[in-house]
Amino acid sequence: MAPATDRRDSPDRVVYLDHAATTPMVPAALEAMTAHLSSVGNASSLHGSGRRARRVVEESREMIAAVLDCRPGEVVFTSGGTESDNLALKGIAWSRRQADPARVRILASAVEHHAVLDPLHWLHEESGFEVSLIEVDAEGRVRLEHLRELIEADPDSVAVVSVMWANNEVGTVQPVAEVVGLCETYGIPVHSDAVQAVGAVPVAFAGVGLDALTVTGHKVGGPFGVGALIARRDLAITALVHGGGQERDIRSGTIDVPAIAAFAAAVELAVKSQAEYAERIGALRDALVAGVREVVPDVVLNGDPVHRLPGNAHFSFPGCEGDALLMLLDAQGIECSTGSACSAGVPQPSHVLIAMGRSDELARASLRFSLGHSSTAADVDAVVRAIGPCVERARMATLR
Amino acid sequence: MSRLKVLAAMSGGVDSAVAAARAAEAGHDVTGVHLALSRNPASYRSGARGCCTIEDSNDARRAADMIGIPFYVWDMSDRFHEDVVEDFMAEYAAGRTPNPCLRCNEKIKFAAVLDRARALGFDAVATGHYATTRTGADGLVELHRAGDHAKDQSYVLGVLTQEQLAHSLFPLGDTPKPEVRAEAARRGLLVADKPDSHDICFVADGDNAGWLKEKLGERQPNTSGEFVTEAGEVVGTHEGTVAFTIGQRRGLHLGRPAPDGKPRFVLDIEPVSGTVTVGPREHLAVDGLTGIRPLWAGTLPQRGVSLECTVQLRAHGDEHRALLLVDEDGDGVDLTLLDPAFGIAPGQAAVIYDGTRVVGSATISATRRTAA
Repeated sequence: MAPATDRRDSPDRVVYLDHAATTPMVPAALEAMTAHLSSVGNASSLHGSGRRARRVVEESREMIAAVLDCRPGEVVFTSGGTESDNLALKGIAWSRRQADPARVRILASAVEHHAVLDPLHWLHEESGFEVSLIEVDAEGRVRLEHLRELIEADPDSVAVVSVMWANNEVGTVQPVAEVVGLCETYGIPVHSDAVQAVGAVPVAFAGVGLDALTVTGHKVGGPFGVGALIARRDLAITALVHGGGQERDIRSGTIDVPAIAAFAAAVELAVKSQAEYAERIGALRDALVAGVREVVPDVVLNGDPVHRLPGNAHFSFPGCEGDALLMLLDAQGIECSTGSACSAGVPQPSHVLIAMGRSDELARASLRFSLGHSSTAADVDAVVRAIGPCVERARMATLR
Repeated sequence: MSRLKVLAAMSGGVDSAVAAARAAEAGHDVTGVHLALSRNPASYRSGARGCCTIEDSNDARRAADMIGIPFYVWDMSDRFHEDVVEDFMAEYAAGRTPNPCLRCNEKIKFAAVLDRARALGFDAVATGHYATTRTGADGLVELHRAGDHAKDQSYVLGVLTQEQLAHSLFPLGDTPKPEVRAEAARRGLLVADKPDSHDICFVADGDNAGWLKEKLGERQPNTSGEFVTEAGEVVGTHEGTVAFTIGQRRGLHLGRPAPDGKPRFVLDIEPVSGTVTVGPREHLAVDGLTGIRPLWAGTLPQRGVSLECTVQLRAHGDEHRALLLVDEDGDGVDLTLLDPAFGIAPGQAAVIYDGTRVVGSATISATRRTAA
């Protein structure tokens, strides 16, 4: 028997507002990918087909370098954001400690994605590092004073600092340049996970003086399963995946030519259209926030009102459970997110909101709408129309 | 039949998957929900809850995919722990023998889940229980045994009230289990030959006694005590009464056989002194019992009058002919058994039937032993 189709999943009815989870591929990326899928050639081979494949990879590297303010040789292709974060944190921490055994501390913001927090937890448990989390304010911005205190407690013992460019849940943009400024004084390398930021806000690797930066394909209109770690050439990084040494000897594995071509096309388009995107999507987001506020006056907008991703609207609806709201909206074809979920699909109170000082209850009452390149005013209208009755209903479900 | 908005509770097993499929096929607007009940600290990410049920959750999700219904996971682990697991531990600590499945139906599936579902706009909850409902002459929904007596689960539904029954669907009804499995296979549901679950869901390895000892720890009423005969003779020692239930024969590890060579059974448990009384099977015979916390499926039976009925005293247990007497104030029942029952422990549920119809239930508070 053929699998049935979820009646509610007919695409024409879907209002997709979960672009921070993943965003549709842009035509330029889809074209680049399909163009290369049917070509033979291992980019490491020495013959003509190999050279043609290699040329695509190197041109992709150059495209990415040109728009993210780095040198092509600093772009290390990976399987995506999680691998890039793991490579940066473990690779830098290990090599820095190897060079000087006193470097046993890692500092990272308390609101990092699990792709950063979990490797740090592992480095603490299995590899003997001390991990300190940098506090954030009520808007989710790292407290630079706290970072300074943590560093100055013993500057020589810090192996690496990691602060994300923009938060995936509440959309708060972090003061990365200031973080780099603080660390520079002590010669401490800084990594930043920028998967949510590229294409949404200006991101410049050399411009802010970063040592390593994570970027991924599927958040910018490219395919799944491809990303990059941008890392300074003079920064030693211990390899995690050993083999043919394809990517600068710190990342092995046959190079995925079509994915990389599509990734580069998406990054280039996203960065080049960033200003226009931010203005258009920011205006839609503001309309969404205003519309929701009008219908649900006691709604709380989480995150920094100014330093914020243009597509992010993260709310707490007092008296509601986020997963109940999500289900009610989903039934009307409106797709959003409660934030982090474990593999069984059970929503957990977000560590980001808890770090921002929200109560467990308010954290569970939250819902993220994230707009992206395909969002329209009709999407916003649909949410504003639906949210009132859904909130009312979800509140009744909580009262019981 | 009118089209209802139905929440199908999907455990990840074959029964609830087929129940959900049938509800959808009947034209209802069905949403599948897997209840994350466990908060096993041994799950792979410490602090995460519900993760130990990833396998079952995935099975339920894949079934929902095949049926073509939306699917969600609801975290009920706090409520489940509070209302079912804690109660289970407290009852054993008090020397009683609870049935957590009835408790879960009473407090979680047809209470917390049904209430939340109704608040969210659902009309009914559908489960994979083997039982049937029909509307009686008085307009009330009646709960009846499933025809396949071996699989009948009306016993664990004996705690449902009229309000709950009126918003419950049991799409498996009378279908024999092999047919349900065959139907699952026909529908392409991968759980078609998944083994039945038998043990208590939160006791992973089925070792009740070990689980209770570990979880109760210092809260155990005792960690050692004596086995005595009815005559008061000490015949052995044990490591805590929570390991025992009335009627138990296995695992007593009594060194010396009884003088008559017959097997010995647990007759009584005294948690304060730690004394476990043992004796021959015939001394387990019970001809009457009292029950508390009665719950009625429909109209309350007449009070203060002896009514003929049958009663079932454990899951898949025999039916006994009995006389039911409801207290004048309605908060207790007395059941006189017309044929004796063996190994009946306080804490178990007595589910009362009129023919195949469930009348109600009560929690056994005391038993009367047949005069030897």
